[in-house]
Amino acid sequence: MDVLVDAARQALALLLSGDPYLWGIIARSLQVSGSAVALGLLVGIPIGTWLGLTRFPGRGIAVALVNTGLALPPVVVGLFVYLLLSRQGPFGELGWLYTTSAMIAAQVVLAAPYVAAITLAAVQAVPPELRLQARALGAGRWQALLLHLREARLSLMAAVAAGFGAVISEVGAVMMVGGNVHGETRVITTAIVLETRRGQFATAMALGLILLAIAFAANAFITRVQQAAPRRRRPLTS
Amino acid sequence: MSESSDYSSARGLVVLGLATMLGLLFIGCSTEPREIILASTTSTEDSGLFERLLPAFREAHPGYRVRVIAVGSGEALRLAARGDADAVLAHSPGAEEEFMAAGHGESRQPVMYNDFVIVGPPAGSARHCALESAAAALACIAADSATFISRGDDSGTHARERRLWDLAGIEADGEWYLEAGQGMGAVLMMASEMDAYTLTDRGTYLSLRERLHLSVLVEGDPILRNQYSVIVVRDAAELEGARTFADWITSEPAQSLIGAFGTERFGRRLFTPNAGQTSQELKIEN
Amino acid sequence: MGGGKEARRGDVLLSGEGLVRRYDDATVVDVDSIEVRTGEVLAVLGPNGAGKSTLLRLLAALEAPEDGRLLYRGRAVGRDDPELRRTVAAVLQRPYLWRGTVAGNVEFALKARRLSASERRERVRQALQMVDIVDLADVPVDTLSGGEAQRVALARALAVEPEILFLDEPTADLDVSVRRRLLGDLERIVRHAAPAIVLVTHDPGEAFALADRVVVMEGGRIVQAGTPAEIFESPATEFVASFTGAEFMLNGTVSKVDEGTMTVRLESGASLEAAGSAEPGARVRVGYRPEDVVVSLPQSSSTSARNRFDTTVAHLHPRGGLVRLRLEADSLSLEAVITRHAMEELGLQVGTSVVAQVKATALHVFPA
Repeated sequence: MDVLVDAARQALALLLSGDPYLWGIIARSLQVSGSAVALGLLVGIPIGTWLGLTRFPGRGIAVALVNTGLALPPVVVGLFVYLLLSRQGPFGELGWLYTTSAMIAAQVVLAAPYVAAITLAAVQAVPPELRLQARALGAGRWQALLLHLREARLSLMAAVAAGFGAVISEVGAVMMVGGNVHGETRVITTAIVLETRRGQFATAMALGLILLAIAFAANAFITRVQQAAPRRRRPLTS
Repeated sequence: MSESSDYSSARGLVVLGLATMLGLLFIGCSTEPREIILASTTSTEDSGLFERLLPAFREAHPGYRVRVIAVGSGEALRLAARGDADAVLAHSPGAEEEFMAAGHGESRQPVMYNDFVIVGPPAGSARHCALESAAAALACIAADSATFISRGDDSGTHARERRLWDLAGIEADGEWYLEAGQGMGAVLMMASEMDAYTLTDRGTYLSLRERLHLSVLVEGDPILRNQYSVIVVRDAAELEGARTFADWITSEPAQSLIGAFGTERFGRRLFTPNAGQTSQELKIEN
Repeated sequence: MGGGKEARRGDVLLSGEGLVRRYDDATVVDVDSIEVRTGEVLAVLGPNGAGKSTLLRLLAALEAPEDGRLLYRGRAVGRDDPELRRTVAAVLQRPYLWRGTVAGNVEFALKARRLSASERRERVRQALQMVDIVDLADVPVDTLSGGEAQRVALARALAVEPEILFLDEPTADLDVSVRRRLLGDLERIVRHAAPAIVLVTHDPGEAFALADRVVVMEGGRIVQAGTPAEIFESPATEFVASFTGAEFMLNGTVSKVDEGTMTVRLESGASLEAAGSAEPGARVRVGYRPEDVVVSLPQSSSTSARNRFDTTVAHLHPRGGLVRLRLEADSLSLEAVITRHAMEELGLQVGTSVVAQVKATALHVFPA
C-alpha cells in the first residue's frame, strides 16, 4: 500500500512542478489523439449521416461493419497500419512509420467507427420531417442536411468525446506504429508501460492520473449529453 | 447500461467468485506442481531458449513449474527486490552486484554468455568507420549523426550501451539519437525500417535476421561480451524451488542443452555455457 | 407583404395536371386538375387518409408525382424547383421546430435566402408580430406550449413573405381553446400574409370560415371543387354532403318531377318535395343539414309550407350554446339543431310535440 501512496504523492509533486518530460508527453498525447478525432469526424460524420439517412441494398452489412469497427482491437489496427506503412508496404514511401503521422493514422481508424456509429444513431433520432420542413421553407438540400446535423449536435459532441476517450487510452496501436520514441512518439499510454517497466512509478502514476482525468471528463460529458437528450420530446398540447 | 448487461455482469461476478474459490482450493492441493517465478530478460525469451530448457527442467523436477516473466534486466531485478519473483536470470552485471550488495539475493552464479553486436544498414554511412572497437564505431556513428536507436528502457542491453557511450566519451543526444523504450525485437524492427544503428544481443538479432535489413557492423570486442547470471532471491516465496532451479541450470545436463541451442536453426550456438567460472575469471573478461 | 412579381387577383399561379402519387402500389393521390389562384385561400378538405397532405407536398414540389405535372406561372417545375422553393413556404402538420430560440427558428429560412442581418431582424420582428408572439423572440423553443409552437411554425413561414403559403392542418393537435384562438388569428393573418394560401384541413368549419374556394377530397381524388357556399348548399356527392355535416333519411323513390322540383316517397311512406330533378322512378337518398330544420310549436306554425311534419322530441342533446334534437314522426325521424335559447323559449322537453319544416331547397337528393 505504501508503494501506491508514495507513488501517488510523488506523482502529484511531479505534475505540479511542471516536469517538462511529463507535460511534453501529455501535450503529444493530446495532439495525436486530438488530430485523430478531428480527422475521424471528417470521415465518420459523412459515413454515419449517409448510413443513417439513406436506404440502399447492403446498408445492413455496412451498418454491421461500422458497429464491428467499435470493437476493433487496437493491436490489430496497429498491425495493419504497420504493414501498410512499413518499407515493404504500399505506403512505405511516405516514411510515416515511427512518426506521429502513423500514430494519427492508426487512431483515425479506431476513432472513425465511434464517430460513424454515434452519428448514425444521432441522425436517425431526429425526425425526418424536420428536413422536409426546412426544405418547405426554402432551404436547399445541403442547408436542410446541415440543419439536421445541427439538431443532432449534442449527440455528435458525445461522438467526439467517445472517440477521443477510446483513442487516448489506447496503447497497442501507438506502441506498434509510433515506436514509443522519447521526445518524438512517446505518448501517455506508451510512457506508462515504459516507466512502469523501468520502476519509475511516480512518473507512470502521474501520467495515469492525467489519463484517468481525461477519461473521466470525456465520460462525464457523454453522460450529461445522454441525460439531457430525452428533454426534447414533449407532447404538443399546451 | 441495459438491464440485461447489468444482469450478465452480475452473473460474471458470481462466476469469477466461484473460479477464485476453485483456484484457492487447487493452490491448497499439494499434488499440483509448485510455481517458481523467474524474472528474466526479453532477449532470452525472444531467443526461444526457455522453450528448450523448461521442458527438460520439468522432467528433472516434476514437482515444480517455472513461470517466466520476460522484462528488461533492470525491471527483472526490481521485481525480485520487491519479492515478486523467486529467481532472476539477468545480464546486467553492475545492477546485479548492486542487487547482491543490497542483500536481496541469496546466491548469484554465472550461467552462460553470448555477445552483443552493433548492427546497422548494410550500406550505411558508418561502414567506412574504423571498426576495431565498439566505442570507436559509436563515436563514428555520432560524428556522422547517423540514426542510432537506443532501447531506452533500463534493460541490460541499454545499460551496456550507456557504458559504451561513456567509453567513447560521447554524450549521446540529438536528433539522430532515438530512445525507443521498447523490447529488443521491436527496436531491431525499428532500426531496420529507419536505416538506423543499434546495439543488440546476437541471439535476438539472429532470430529476426531474415526480416531485417541490418547487418553486423561490430562484433568480437571483449566489452561486448554479455554474461548471464542466475540469482536466487533471498525473500523468495518459493525459495526451495528457486534453489533447485539455480542448481539445475548450472548443472551439466542444462549446460549442454544451452551449448547446443541454436545450432540447428542458425548453424551456430547462441549462448556459451560457463557455469562454474569463478567471479575472478568473470571480472577479468568483463 | 407580397410576392416578387405583380399578379392580378384570380390569375392562376400554380396548377397540377393529372397528378398521381403512389406509395407501395397504393394510389394516394390521383387528381385530374387543381389550380391555386392569386389572392385566394384554397382549402383542401377531406377526412384523414384522403391524400390531402400528399397533395400539399406535391403542390409545394416537396415530392415528385409518379405521373402528371406541376405548372408554376405556366412553367413546368420538378421537385425542389429552385424558383418555387424561394417563393413558396409550407407549414407541415406538426411544428417541427429546431433547437434554439424562437427568433432563431424564424430566421432560418431568411438565412437560407441570404438576406442581410438587418433585413432578417426586421422580418423576424414582423412575422412574430403577426402571430402575436413578439415577446417570445428569445425564448428557447423547448419551453413553448403546443399553441405557441404552432405560432412559431407559422411565423417561420410568414417571415419569408411567400407567394403561396401552404398550411397543413395548422390547428390540429391543439386544445379546443388554443385552437379557437389560433383560428381567429389565422383568419386575420391569411388575408394579408400571402397572395395565395393553400389550407389543408379535415375540419369543414375551418375550411368554410377561411377559404374562398374549397376542394373536397376522398380516397385521393377531388370529388368537388367550389366556393364554400356551393359546397355547402349543393354538395356534389353523398360523401361531400355527409362530410360537411348533412344527415340522411331513409332511401326513397322519385315519384313525380316538374319545373325544378320533385316529389320523393321514402320507404317509410313519408313524402317530400325537393329542389332539383331526376328521372321518375329513380332510387335516391335524401340528405339535409340539421341546421336547416326549422322547429316550431304546432299552434304557431304555418300550415301551408311543404315538407311539414308533426313530430315528438325523442332526445335532447345540449352542445354548448346549441342543442341537437332528435325528432320522431310516424314515417320519419329528423335531426335538428336549435339554440339553447330557442329551446328554453319553446319549452322543449322529451315528449313535446313540435312541427319540423325543411325547405325544398335545403334537401339534397343523391342517387341511392
